[in-house]
Amino acid sequence: MNIPLAHYLILSALLFSVGFAGAILRRNAVVVLIGMELMLNAANLNFIAFWRFGPHPEALTGVMFVIFSIAIAAAEAAVGLALVIAIYRHRHTVQVEQIDALRG
Amino acid sequence: MLSNLPFLSCAVLTLLAAIAAMTLRNLVHCALCAAASFAGLAAIYLQLNAEFVGFAQILVYVGAVAILIVFTILLTHGSDVKAGEPVRSSSLWTGLGVAAVVLSALVAPITRSASLWLLPSANPQAPVAAIGRVLMTQYVLPLETIGLLLTAALLGGVVIAMREKPARKTPTKPSRAPSRELSHAA
Repeated sequence: MNIPLAHYLILSALLFSVGFAGAILRRNAVVVLIGMELMLNAANLNFIAFWRFGPHPEALTGVMFVIFSIAIAAAEAAVGLALVIAIYRHRHTVQVEQIDALRG
Repeated sequence: MLSNLPFLSCAVLTLLAAIAAMTLRNLVHCALCAAASFAGLAAIYLQLNAEFVGFAQILVYVGAVAILIVFTILLTHGSDVKAGEPVRSSSLWTGLGVAAVVLSALVAPITRSASLWLLPSANPQAPVAAIGRVLMTQYVLPLETIGLLLTAALLGGVVIAMREKPARKTPTKPSRAPSRELSHAA
């Protein structure tokens, strides 16, 4: 286990960019939500990596933050997917470019 | 190099699964690739000595969130993609350019700072007993708040996704329906 911290951070940056590209480029709202989950996971990886390499790992701060972050991400996914289902019931589509009722 | 093999294989699995989740046409394949990516991240957490977080990641993401995504695809008829229908936005290169700018802005400071290339000295552990102790003492208020938030999210998800009752404007409708069936039977 002689991997420097920067490798984890670069992996996290790559994962964030992939999720970001998917979230802004895909048309289906479900895939947009998957991209957001990937971005959240990239942030969690940063917290765990900094906890592992940090000077005071016994304080467990990074681990606690990730546990709460996972709980909040689960709530966000549940509400977001329920919104997708509600939009599909009203508009009969989940393509984000066709849901333009608030477009100026 | 050989000692880096677990990390490298997990990292490649996670990244390839994430790219596949964002590019495949079939939404069910997207959801399965996202679950594989979450599982690869859980393996990386386990390599980083964060056992509890790794297993929580498997339980919540690979278990619950992936199932939730698959059910949403099922309920929104997302799996039947037409052959000619585009799945990507029309401004593909603009989006890819913005993502590349974000990636370079994240990676450039990492590669330039020398302090991030140090190897780990300590071998920290996060035993479940210690996590439970700080959850019940130092972090008890956030824990209760998370419980409240999860309850609210559960109720909110059910209420938002619940089928709305049809407006009762035509009370004659239920009485008419059986008579039509009778006439069909006759």
